[in-house]
Amino acid sequence: MRPAFSVIFFTVMSGCGYGLLFLCGLALTFDSALFGRIEGLTLLGVGAVFVVAGLLASTLHLGQPQRAWRAFSQWRSSWLSREGVASVASFVPILALSWCLWHGGDPNGVHALGALLALLAVITVVCTAGIYTSLKTIPAWHNRFVLPGYLLLGLLGGAIWIRALHGLLDDGNPRFAVGSPGLTWLIATLALASWLLKRAYWNSIDTAPPAATPESATGLGRFGAVRSVEAPHTEKNYLTHEMGFALARKHAVRLRAVALILIGPLPIVLALATALLVPRSPTLASCTAIAAALLVTAGLFVERWLFFAEAKHVVMLYYGGARS
Amino acid sequence: MTSLPPPAAKKLGLVIDLDICVGCHACAVACKEWNDGGEFGPLPDENPYGAEPLGVWFNRVHSYEITPSPLAGEDGAQRKERGNTPMTVHFPRSCLHCETPDCVSVCPTGASYKRVEDGIVLVDEAKCIGCKLCSWACPYGAREYSEVRGTMQKCTLCVDRIYNESFEEIDRQPACVMACPTRARHFGDLGDADSAVSKLVAERGGYDLMPQMGYKPVNKYLPPRPRRDGCSSAPKPAQDEKTDFSTASPLLRWIDKVLSR
Repeated sequence: MRPAFSVIFFTVMSGCGYGLLFLCGLALTFDSALFGRIEGLTLLGVGAVFVVAGLLASTLHLGQPQRAWRAFSQWRSSWLSREGVASVASFVPILALSWCLWHGGDPNGVHALGALLALLAVITVVCTAGIYTSLKTIPAWHNRFVLPGYLLLGLLGGAIWIRALHGLLDDGNPRFAVGSPGLTWLIATLALASWLLKRAYWNSIDTAPPAATPESATGLGRFGAVRSVEAPHTEKNYLTHEMGFALARKHAVRLRAVALILIGPLPIVLALATALLVPRSPTLASCTAIAAALLVTAGLFVERWLFFAEAKHVVMLYYGGARS
Repeated sequence: MTSLPPPAAKKLGLVIDLDICVGCHACAVACKEWNDGGEFGPLPDENPYGAEPLGVWFNRVHSYEITPSPLAGEDGAQRKERGNTPMTVHFPRSCLHCETPDCVSVCPTGASYKRVEDGIVLVDEAKCIGCKLCSWACPYGAREYSEVRGTMQKCTLCVDRIYNESFEEIDRQPACVMACPTRARHFGDLGDADSAVSKLVAERGGYDLMPQMGYKPVNKYLPPRPRRDGCSSAPKPAQDEKTDFSTASPLLRWIDKVLSR
């Protein structure tokens, strides 16, 4: 599949944004006074900016973006529509929590709103993954590792950006310290899990039996092996342009290694380094945390680019594509 | 509403006979021509006279070569009898107007819909936002996106012809069916077991493309009839025909003698 930058940007930024908002919501569910006014508003604000940037980028992919509002109507059947609805709904707790953090709201209200935010963040990412997992035509997406991948990588992105914001805002609040051991362990665990999951995913798509073959696509397998001898058109068409993308596959092995390092060992090492650097040089610790966020985000872009570029659509079988 | 309608009795669709399709592309060209000017048009091309023209067609004709593979338990003589020569099959590909298509249910706007009354799958151009998700959901490549119009385009089963009362009854058929010079394309109600198309499907063993996808295509394909290798089982021209020249005229007897030498 053609890796459209707008869609890659959307899924990565929206994933990181909702990962961040989920962790904030979860934290506020248990401790309404966890964040000071500045920290809380910054976290919610950055999460919201990531989400909005992702949603705006996704509209760049549309042929008629002025009609995008219509996409909220078909939530009964369409994961894309559900994603839009859940995403907009999540702004209710985001805005309400921001108001509470600014004016000082009732702790029970903050607990409830935090839980609601965490829930809507998870629902939105589940819907994003659903857009892809529901497509039986693309076996690499119709795969059991895709949904956990979206959730896990979103959480990793969220956790790493929370730590980076800690680094930027470190104001002596011990619960908001850049080197907090809880966040170190969270990032290390999520990175390890992401590393294992992506390896399992790639192993799964490399060894899966074909969903279809040129023989089943044409129904002519009973007569023998089917080979395309003449395409219907001499130039490319929409299908071969959109679904016949094969440019990157030759670099796939190298890019997989890059993505694995950037979302696995690297955040673990940098998270430990941040924690160890805090007593010696808080500034360096903060810089490490920010660098980790940027590098992990870069890794997520590589991972998401591969997610699209490596996925094969069964329609290419009609054009002489290999089994998919 | 992109939720699928309840199963309808009427299932309009096409039956395509791969045995007699000669791959002339007349169906594809007639389709492009009609739909460019029809109710759902235009079908503009990008760079139509340039080096790399690109445009939407609802119908595409592939050509395949099929190399016979040995069957289980088949000996050499049987294989020779069945035929060993690669077979060329021309294969028109268009929307199959599936009974349970994902292209409809993934649509976020309700632009993509399946008609309750006859099962035709259509796109409402006024609602389509051009997200392209429906084209990703279709395994048959039935949907093509128009960069010029910013919306998704697809076969309408010539809904603007088949119900068109300004046409003679005989012309109320899809343009591709009308154009086919070998009558390899048939249009009718596949929900009615007594219709001509349903009988044709039953008689010739019409089949679904990629049934494992679960979309229940309405359009059916008729398989090519078995080919014979070098006509090995065809009646051979008589080689040792006996003609009695004993009663023929001397001139004919002399000619026979000369020619038989």
